[in-house]
Amino acid sequence: MQLYEQTLTQVHDLLTKGEVTSREITEAFLRRIEAVEGSVQALVTRTPELALEQAQETDRRRQAGEDLPPLAGLPAVIKDNMSTRGIRTTCSSRILENFVPPYDATVVEKLRESGLVLLGKANMDEFAMGSSAENSAFFKTFNPWDLTRVPGGSSAGSAAAVAAGEAVYALGSDTGGSVRQPAALCGVVGMKPTYGRVSRYGLVAFASSLDQIGPLTRDVRDNASVLSAIAGHDPRDSTSAPLEVPNYTTFLTGDIKGLRIGLPKEYLAAGIDAPVRKAVDEAVRVLSGLGAEVEECSLPHTEYSLSVYYIIAPAEASSNLARYDGVRYGLRVSGDDLIGTYQQTRRQGFGSEVKRRIMLGTYALSSGYYDAYYLKAQKVRTLIRRDFDQAFARFDVLLTPTSPTTAFKVGEKVDDPLTMYMSDVCTVPVNLAGVPAISVPGGFDQGLPIGLQFIGRPFAEGDLYRVAYALEQTTDYHKQRPPL
Amino acid sequence: MKISTEMVEHVAWLARLAITGEEKEQLSAQLSRILDHMDKLNELDTTEVEPTFHVLDLRNVLRKDEARPGLTVEAALDNAPEREGNLFKVPKIVEG
Repeated sequence: MQLYEQTLTQVHDLLTKGEVTSREITEAFLRRIEAVEGSVQALVTRTPELALEQAQETDRRRQAGEDLPPLAGLPAVIKDNMSTRGIRTTCSSRILENFVPPYDATVVEKLRESGLVLLGKANMDEFAMGSSAENSAFFKTFNPWDLTRVPGGSSAGSAAAVAAGEAVYALGSDTGGSVRQPAALCGVVGMKPTYGRVSRYGLVAFASSLDQIGPLTRDVRDNASVLSAIAGHDPRDSTSAPLEVPNYTTFLTGDIKGLRIGLPKEYLAAGIDAPVRKAVDEAVRVLSGLGAEVEECSLPHTEYSLSVYYIIAPAEASSNLARYDGVRYGLRVSGDDLIGTYQQTRRQGFGSEVKRRIMLGTYALSSGYYDAYYLKAQKVRTLIRRDFDQAFARFDVLLTPTSPTTAFKVGEKVDDPLTMYMSDVCTVPVNLAGVPAISVPGGFDQGLPIGLQFIGRPFAEGDLYRVAYALEQTTDYHKQRPPL
Repeated sequence: MKISTEMVEHVAWLARLAITGEEKEQLSAQLSRILDHMDKLNELDTTEVEPTFHVLDLRNVLRKDEARPGLTVEAALDNAPEREGNLFKVPKIVEG
């Protein structure tokens, strides 16, 4: 097996046994990027010199006998909405095309301390708004399993890079499914941690009450390792939780005897493709066989989630994106006066989906409509949250599909925003409730990966890793690699 | 909910977005359709329900008022589209 096809855990073992150096690993990934990036297009910015420098530094420290963290010397890519000091951070937007941040996001700082080898910054839907990478202002990213199809979004480049062997692991961000849906469509593992589990300091804000950073990896163990490294309280993010972070790999026992798994019927209703539904049934069979107690349950307000999400997220976005005014950083397009400069900068700097959401959000917050839309949505959000509270009184985790379909064709939904929004139907309720969820490979349909989602109680990411790992051990879906 | 082109114009002004006539038509149609979908929320009686603005039960998070290192003036101005000395330069705001 090639180095670039291996898991984080496998590569880490080779490193610690001294069978390979970080430099050799990094070179293998750089060659792989060279070979496939022309067709996958996962990366907005590549940083090969930095990567080799960082690799050599960890090699030097390892040779000096230092005890290094588990991620040390392993090459990664980071979604281009996380601040990297001295490295362009664009959010795949014209308005930040030349923005070079003067500081690191907390997750980047943590990874640097863990011996990060950064290969590049991953393409995304502009400002994380989208489900297909088609909203990137620069170029599309393609699904490594079928280059005529989308990789999902918005963490498109992060998922595609891991699937294509362009990185050992990746970071993405998830506001309504943006880690889990591309993970599902690209056949990798993606975790959306509990709101507050990972610091958002330095993550370019989209919808601040929903955004959360999470890892994308080849398997569950890899994912647990990366989350262990990035999670934790940060005084610079007052919404980060002051709670201890467990070592998540300790949950990977394979034992799920007596685990109570709920199967919310609303997630298996109309609109879910038959092969996806079949994959859920198959997982239920396997999990029951392992001693879990699986039972149907109901989250009755699920059908309102999309409406709630597409009011709250654009409302928060319209406020967050007000900062892009061409004054202090980013693009400036001069107008007749200062207001004209704002208007022209934003007109030329933002793409059409971002503008649409700014308009939608501004409308929902505007005088006379606030109560009818924004306040109403926040109230229904309470009902959605209560559904989860009630379900978690009976169950330890919930099992659903991640996405109603496998990867769709490039261009298929691009003209119809509402249909595109529908692809988030299984993932947005999780962000609204602030609970954690993981997407894991659950099968294939005509060569395209299917993703299964486990949803857990707040700060019970360990339960999710436990059940996901147990399922993974009985299948080989995560061992398949795309025919690139 | 029908969003007229006049309403689109008003909202675009609030959002400081310049839009063309064609975009106005398109946004009017798209936003109307999206908001029609949102009207589904009116099926629910929420008079007794408290809103969830935030999932964490957070109170104000305070820290000691102590000076700490921050960005240097140069670092803060590095990305400025236009600067003059240590200032961000913008078009004239006040007539006179």
